Amino acid sequence: MKIQGKVHKYGDHVDTDVIIPARYLNTGDPKELAAHCMEDIDKNFVEKVQPGDIMVAGVNFGCGSSREHAPIAIKASGVSCVIAKNFARIFYRNALNIGLPILECPEAGDDIENGDEVAVDFDSGIITNLTKNKTYKAEPFPPFIQNIIQKGGLLASLK
Amino acid sequence: MGMTMTQKILAAHAGLDSVTAGQLIEVNLDLVMGNDVTSPVAIHEMEDKGFEKVFDKDRIALVMDHFTPNKDIKSAENCKKVRTFAKEYGIKNFFDVGKMGIEHALLPEQGLVISGDTVIGADSHTCTYGALGAFSTGVGSTDMAAGMISGRAWFKVPSAIQVKITGNFQKYVSGKDVILHLIGKIGVDGARYRSLEFTGDGIQNLSMDDRFCIANMAIECGAKNGIFPVDEKTLAYMKGRTDRKPVIFEADADAQYDEVVEIDLNTLKPTVSFPHLPENTHTVDEIEKIPIDQVVIGSCTNGRIEDMRAAAEVLRGRTVADGVRVIVIPATQTVYLQCIEEGLTEAFVKAGAIVSTPTCGPCLGGHMGILAAGERAVSTTNRNFVGRMGHPTSEVYLASPYVAAASAVKGYIAAPSDLD
Repeated sequence: MKIQGKVHKYGDHVDTDVIIPARYLNTGDPKELAAHCMEDIDKNFVEKVQPGDIMVAGVNFGCGSSREHAPIAIKASGVSCVIAKNFARIFYRNALNIGLPILECPEAGDDIENGDEVAVDFDSGIITNLTKNKTYKAEPFPPFIQNIIQKGGLLASLK
Repeated sequence: MGMTMTQKILAAHAGLDSVTAGQLIEVNLDLVMGNDVTSPVAIHEMEDKGFEKVFDKDRIALVMDHFTPNKDIKSAENCKKVRTFAKEYGIKNFFDVGKMGIEHALLPEQGLVISGDTVIGADSHTCTYGALGAFSTGVGSTDMAAGMISGRAWFKVPSAIQVKITGNFQKYVSGKDVILHLIGKIGVDGARYRSLEFTGDGIQNLSMDDRFCIANMAIECGAKNGIFPVDEKTLAYMKGRTDRKPVIFEADADAQYDEVVEIDLNTLKPTVSFPHLPENTHTVDEIEKIPIDQVVIGSCTNGRIEDMRAAAEVLRGRTVADGVRVIVIPATQTVYLQCIEEGLTEAFVKAGAIVSTPTCGPCLGGHMGILAAGERAVSTTNRNFVGRMGHPTSEVYLASPYVAAASAVKGYIAAPSDLD
């Protein structure tokens, strides 16, 4: 599986409260959640984001609340992959469980800049920065995780 | 090789003699918990994928606490969905308005978690039950759904940081200062993916409410869980709350720890976390006068009876400063009633505070005390992220009930000793 898109870059400790503020947690509808994704730290994200775009961030991405609404909002906004230096553990589980691809890659988290065009090959874990003409290597997912992502989530993969 | 307390509990629930850090295991769950924000998503996921059975209707707890009493129509529909599910599946431990309390105060109080248990909850502060010597951790709605269906969950066995606690508190210092100090020391990702294992002879000086508060915020330094050894105080707390027999696990003498952090309770001072991360800690005696608009005393971190007593001790006979709004929220119906019986409610109201029915409400910017642009709150809750309690430009300062109450009287961030 391969994807390509434009990067939206964020810093360290992006918490689930800014990914989707709790004032919108009175719904689980992906479209409604996506309409408010990132709005407290990046007001125009929802207008800027295009299907297939990639989110890149620093350390501890998704820290805080266990709300699965956070990866749901990111996925429904059209983002095809989140690359971070590392992830908070509950977010990591939640993202894979709902079929949002995420990759840990400290080098990519440091080097990739906002607006870069980036391609990801999930089979090899190779991240290519087309703007800077550089590549970075992340651990590829084992087949069972790839299966969860392809089926669209953990429960779907169990059926 | 020796195992940590967490590893021993996980091994026992995986049916293994031993486990090592990094190992992937599947464990049997004693309890699966969800609330009115996370359960509807889990139930939708279950029904959408065609699952029609739960593993054990008596080992699921559903607590309507975040946006209850319902703040709007959508929240009401969410609770209705969970209520219908609970009825249909015969879920005994369904806690609706009138019975509900804030989940992590309620479940231990109701005896639904005991020493040695393994618990997942679709709420990040599920790590609270480590205070009882249980393994408990927060998960998302899909893991909750899978847990409700199968009674099982997979984990990567965590390594651990040992937190050695010695000494005893000075006056007006409490469990909240311990955990804020620790987070300030190791950072918001200092224990990411790991356990915090609390040890040392200072633990005997920590009340159960101190321990619940400390374990509750283990997630705020990224920990998978935070856990306390079981002692007389733990056993006394559980007595009369359950018929189940607690199982006591102890770390091996040769257990491996990634690092050791030492905390001498004698040296701790009233501590505050500045916006917008819990790791931005300062002691109250070293900060300038920071004027405030609101004080919140409550939450799964500090809404228990000792927290209410601490706040009342400071507020009794005093008056809330002009221009400050003070919201006190006992965490459960039992604590609420105790506040009335002990005269705490009267002290709060006479001082100029309001006392709310149990709810998570303001902690996560849900309802019951949302902040406007630029407003500043001192809160006994657990997070001070951007927009956590309302407008993205509002600010939350995290502190203990003592500090929150003293700040309410002064109108700026203060310790009770500043009132003398």
